[in-house]
Amino acid sequence: MKLLSQDRPGGPLISAILVLLLIGLALAPFLFPGTRALDTAARICVFVVLVASYDLLLGYAGIVSFAHTMFFGFGAYGVALTSEHMGRSFAALGIGTLSGALAAALLALAIGLFSLRVRAIFFAMITLAVASAVAVLVSQMSALTGGEDGLNFQIPRALTAAQKYADFKLFGVTLNGKLLNYYLVFSCATVLFLVLLRIVNSPFGRVLLAIRENEFRAEAIGYRVVWFRTGATVLSAVAAALAGSLYAIWLRYVGPSTVLSFEIMIDILLMVVIGGMGTMYGAVVGAVIFILAQNYLQGLMGLAEGALQGLPLLPQLLDPDRWLLWLGVLFILSVYFFPTGIVGRLRRR
Amino acid sequence: MSAAPDHRPTFARAGLSDRLAPWLPLLLVPLLMVFGWLAIPSTSSWLTLTVSGLAMGMMIFLMASGLTLVFGLMDVINFGHGAFISLGAFVGVSVLLALASWTAAASLPLNLAALGLALVAAVLVTGTMGWLFERVIVRPVYGAHLKQILVTMGGLIVAEQLILVIWGPAQIFITRPEMLKGAVTFAGAALEKYRLVAVALGLIVFLAMRLVLRHSRIGLIVRAGVQNGEMVQALGYRLRLVFIGTFVAGSALAGLGGVMWGLYDEVITADMGASLMVLVFIVVIIGGLGSVEGCFLGALLVGLVQNYAAFLEPKLAMVSNIALLVAVLMWRPEGMMAVVKSK
Repeated sequence: MKLLSQDRPGGPLISAILVLLLIGLALAPFLFPGTRALDTAARICVFVVLVASYDLLLGYAGIVSFAHTMFFGFGAYGVALTSEHMGRSFAALGIGTLSGALAAALLALAIGLFSLRVRAIFFAMITLAVASAVAVLVSQMSALTGGEDGLNFQIPRALTAAQKYADFKLFGVTLNGKLLNYYLVFSCATVLFLVLLRIVNSPFGRVLLAIRENEFRAEAIGYRVVWFRTGATVLSAVAAALAGSLYAIWLRYVGPSTVLSFEIMIDILLMVVIGGMGTMYGAVVGAVIFILAQNYLQGLMGLAEGALQGLPLLPQLLDPDRWLLWLGVLFILSVYFFPTGIVGRLRRR
Repeated sequence: MSAAPDHRPTFARAGLSDRLAPWLPLLLVPLLMVFGWLAIPSTSSWLTLTVSGLAMGMMIFLMASGLTLVFGLMDVINFGHGAFISLGAFVGVSVLLALASWTAAASLPLNLAALGLALVAAVLVTGTMGWLFERVIVRPVYGAHLKQILVTMGGLIVAEQLILVIWGPAQIFITRPEMLKGAVTFAGAALEKYRLVAVALGLIVFLAMRLVLRHSRIGLIVRAGVQNGEMVQALGYRLRLVFIGTFVAGSALAGLGGVMWGLYDEVITADMGASLMVLVFIVVIIGGLGSVEGCFLGALLVGLVQNYAAFLEPKLAMVSNIALLVAVLMWRPEGMMAVVKSK
């Protein structure tokens, strides 16, 4: 319980779900063989951290940012750029991760101090503007960032499938660098998630909640609202950057569409809201459901579209490319009717 | 009992700088133009850039004015405003494509009639959609900023996807009406005709809006509502109706701006609204949320800065607007012409 910072999931059903998910992710290479399944599991691990860090901002501090993918991208590009210029080594990965996180922290500090000092609502608009400016810059500075094509880079051989650690197979799984890479991602993600959980349950997190509930009162009690909100922004930016670094290490590729695009921002929003704002565990549930749906439901939509061929309008509505439409509807409905999301619902029981 | 202390209050006239302070933002636009003139080597290209900057600013003003008033009146921030821009563009362009024989004819009245019809259609459709949007999406979340941002963002996504369902995923290319193509030469500078039309239309809308806001009863209620809504309601006005009206008008203007922008770019996509929202937000922030005049000035500044920067250092065009935002907020944290809320 100390590990969970005394913040239990609450409710037997949600605890059971979370334990199952943890076991599923921890043993993913053995339970779900195949490259695609492993990719999905790694993606889930990364997004759990990313979404949890966003939840710190949205659910706990009560401010909306549209620049979260930008910080995610900082981490990812940090690793990619150092690996490209320093060659494949663990030092490059480390330096890239650190510099990405540092850049994210500095920019978050600047944006936070700058926009939160007047009105919290400015923050949403300014982050949107800055994020799109950065996205444009990244795609324009193609000499450095590879532009729209992104960068392919090499990571140390110890983390790739080429490196074999044993001649035998363990439960039908080859013990290679890819497996090690997955466990690197998994363990880092777990640690980061626990750290975030610790942060929201610290006195600092309590103050954030107080500010969310009544900004004026918190200020009157003597907490500098601007500093606490900016602090939350910086922490969540750093966490997002670290998640970005993990993602880059896993994919060995960065590009605007995988780490910077506005679509990912929308995905994060959906995951937070569906899982449950202000619960942290919602990030886990939301990320798992969303990514599984994204990977496997679109195929179903394609089938439904094929089955409905010939009917007016319905096939277009069920086109797999239109899946954002249904997510948007789901998103609006869940903000209205289930603002606390799945985890909040299950907790109340 | 002691006598009251000697006390002779006097009215001191405010110093010159205090009286000038509210008008300072007005100086920014000419100042920026002078700066541009100094920085850009050739006067003719400076003139071209200035006109296109003003045209761009006017179009952004059309899109931003509704947003800022809606915020001022009801404290509603609509992240879905971009949907009206896209929808307006698609409706307007569909009308123009349907009237291809009018737009291809080399007759100015016929061209303008086609453009006018397209604008009217866009205004009607986006106005209706604004009404629906207010009813379905915005109404349930009054007073909760966080939910407003999330829900209106969701509305934007849904609207964009519906546009894709109706018009298909391909981007649509459109050419301007025959007589609005090309440029006129003035003092050695090529000024695109269409941009002059955009400047004129923007000016007309701004002046009409000012006229309504300053010299009509409904304008008085709107301005009073922006300053202190509760008091206006206490006096017996149904501010909700005024607000819905403003929302519809604002959406219609965004649609108008969308058509103009679509013809300016000569290509439209479903996400054009969402990407324009970045500029729109910068404009409403530097103008001061709730202020139409500030919004107008902000839009001109953004248009000019973007065009000058795109000429001087193309890669910095996007960043230049952020820099403008930073500079203005350093100077006036509430925006250039902040609305004084009596609370």
